[in-house]
Amino acid sequence: MSADTHHAHDHGTMGQLMIGFALAAILTIIPFYLVMAEVDMARSTLVGIIMGLGAVQILVHLVYFLHLKRSSEEGWNFFAAIFAVIILVIVLAGSLWVMHNMNENMMPMHEMDQQIEQMKSLQSQQG
Amino acid sequence: MASEHIQPAETFSPIFGRLTLDWIPIHEPILIGTFAGVALGGLLVFALMTYFRLWVPFWKNWVTTVDHKKIGIMYMVLAFIMMVRGFADALMMRGQQAMAAGGSEGWLPPHHYDQVFTAHGVIMIFFVAMAFITGFMNYVMPLQIGARDVAFPFLNNFSLWMTVAGALLVNISLFVGEFARVGWLAFPPLSGANYSTGPGMDYYLWALQIAGVGTTLSGINMIATIVKMRAPGMKLMDMPIFTWTALITNVLIVAAFPVLTATLALLTLDRYMDFRFFTNDFGGNAMMYVNLIWIWGHPEVYILIIPCFGIISEIVSTFSRKPIFGYRTMVWATGCIMVLSFIVWLHHFFTMGSGANVNTFFGITTMIIAVPTGVKIFNWLFTMYKGRVRLEVPMLWTIGFLVTFTIGGMTGVMLAIPPVDFQLHNTLFLIAHFHNVIIGGVVFAVFAGVTYWWPKAFGFKLDEVWGKRAFWLWFVGFYVAFMPLYALGLMGVTRRMNSYPDAAWQPYFIVAAIGAVLILAGILCNFMNFYVSIRDRKRLACGNDPWDARTLEWATQSPPAPYNFPEDISVVGREAFWQMKKENYQFSTDYQPIHMPKGTASGVVISAFALIFGFAMVWYIWWLAIASFVAMLAIGIAHTFNYNRDYYIPADEVRQTEAKGALA
Repeated sequence: MSADTHHAHDHGTMGQLMIGFALAAILTIIPFYLVMAEVDMARSTLVGIIMGLGAVQILVHLVYFLHLKRSSEEGWNFFAAIFAVIILVIVLAGSLWVMHNMNENMMPMHEMDQQIEQMKSLQSQQG
Repeated sequence: MASEHIQPAETFSPIFGRLTLDWIPIHEPILIGTFAGVALGGLLVFALMTYFRLWVPFWKNWVTTVDHKKIGIMYMVLAFIMMVRGFADALMMRGQQAMAAGGSEGWLPPHHYDQVFTAHGVIMIFFVAMAFITGFMNYVMPLQIGARDVAFPFLNNFSLWMTVAGALLVNISLFVGEFARVGWLAFPPLSGANYSTGPGMDYYLWALQIAGVGTTLSGINMIATIVKMRAPGMKLMDMPIFTWTALITNVLIVAAFPVLTATLALLTLDRYMDFRFFTNDFGGNAMMYVNLIWIWGHPEVYILIIPCFGIISEIVSTFSRKPIFGYRTMVWATGCIMVLSFIVWLHHFFTMGSGANVNTFFGITTMIIAVPTGVKIFNWLFTMYKGRVRLEVPMLWTIGFLVTFTIGGMTGVMLAIPPVDFQLHNTLFLIAHFHNVIIGGVVFAVFAGVTYWWPKAFGFKLDEVWGKRAFWLWFVGFYVAFMPLYALGLMGVTRRMNSYPDAAWQPYFIVAAIGAVLILAGILCNFMNFYVSIRDRKRLACGNDPWDARTLEWATQSPPAPYNFPEDISVVGREAFWQMKKENYQFSTDYQPIHMPKGTASGVVISAFALIFGFAMVWYIWWLAIASFVAMLAIGIAHTFNYNRDYYIPADEVRQTEAKGALA
């Protein structure tokens, strides 16, 4: 039906692939080193760095291995990637926000235990 | 009848897993009756098909076909069959609640009643509403963009049969074992290993996972089709509104369904491998399941309604004999709904305790969705305004949709106010609200669409009298069935109750049951309409363009030839077919051979093994699960070596087909 649009796909040069490989390797080694060498830093900072490097890793894969460019497939790939990122950010940030708030508003465990104790003593008084 | 249910003991044998004869529910008269009915019906169909020698044509022309039109019709058939099953569940619940007041236990024991409401929700959403909209998108969208088929015809066939496999797995649970007793979204810890023993919950998980594969793949397929296969010249902003809504729906499917798949996979790990994602203890968090499942669940309801907006747009425009009012705002409104549908999910669990700031945010985003939806409603009204409106059956359903869906939308905005939701959460008010938008929105639009596109698919119209009867019974029946539920919800009646002590509620439930019977009569009129119309197809025969329509699907023959269009068409501007009619355009008679995809049995065979795999996983029959999974992979890989995938329809055959169409 439509004119054949399968004109030469850009599969990237060897150089690009090697850059991608090197970046991916470095981005993997750093978090491994941080954990295995037991570097002295706050746990939340450590988790933040690992997650951040993971995000960069995703970008490296997209650009160097999956050849995501603004122009590929008439911009559709880029558009789809942007949409996916928006949805991901909404889902991840939203879930963290929601679950964090749930946690904040939850009755602390020791208070809950106290209440259970009180209820038990009330019941035993009634019984 | 309401005897205490005793679950068969958990045993395990290496050959049959935990499946024993005790799991065949021979002690339940309702199920035995149903089984007898299904078996007799099945035997009758089998005998008739054999007598008329229909098995080979059925296999060749339907089961293995990759024709998007036939696949679309099969989705619709699946949806109608499953609608009967889901509606039977609804009648059982309405009957139960009409009886079980003030100490009476009704006729369904809790063990059975809980399965019924779970099955009703699961079937109506996944195998009725989803099958309907997928059917429409399959049938109509490629025709509207002037394509010969979808982008991946084999994948389309495979998606259909995976959906069918999921539906079959749910129905097998009726007669072998039991179904889940957890509500349609299966919140843990109730759905976890400790509180849902037995195979019911596992039927739920595997049925949805198998059908989910089909849905996701079909979403990818449709997006690729719309992006890559539009007729030359058709810009995005020239696409018919239905195609736009199909595009946006499938983007939502591809973005949202993986969340469902992942969430159900985590719950499966909890149940099968003793993981602790959603348990109460050992670091699990059941609230995370609720959060995740609604991240899928809210886009899902828009996945259902957005294509219905498209159907309504096409019908309003055709039957008002005007182009749609505000085409661009229509497209942008749909786009806004697409993004907004991802930032409202928490309104399903305001009461879980996120606190005021979170609830406020999600309450406001929810109310904002009413704005683009309102834009659409006004666009439809302005399309009708000063148009020459023909009140034929599709238009009746459309007006029923406009009125009913608007009311349902307004009760939705009420529920979006967190303090109000704290009163109404999990009451029958909520039940009335979402049936108001799903029946008044999705179902009415589906029937409008069925009546509208039936002549395209079969070459004759549906009977007008039976169509009107069906509409009025459905329309009145809906209000009689669900307005009492709004009232009950405001009185504080919670959902999913097996029985209730307050006899003062009973009159409302009895009225609701009468409404359900009216809807039953409406459904019977729908089927009667199909029967009468097929019987009188000579009287109802119509040309290729019975409604004086505006979009490209009506440029084909009715029913369309396998190749859809006899030539490669090019399009300039919107409403391509309307322009062709204005210019008195004729297809060229210089026919060329047409390149077409070939049918294949791989899809149905892989899906059959998926069904066996699901069944084996439900019953812990590990050897069978491994064997069927390997078989699925093997056939999938073998299929990639099948290079005999296409053929040419010779020019002569095209000429003959086109000549036949011209006579009709």
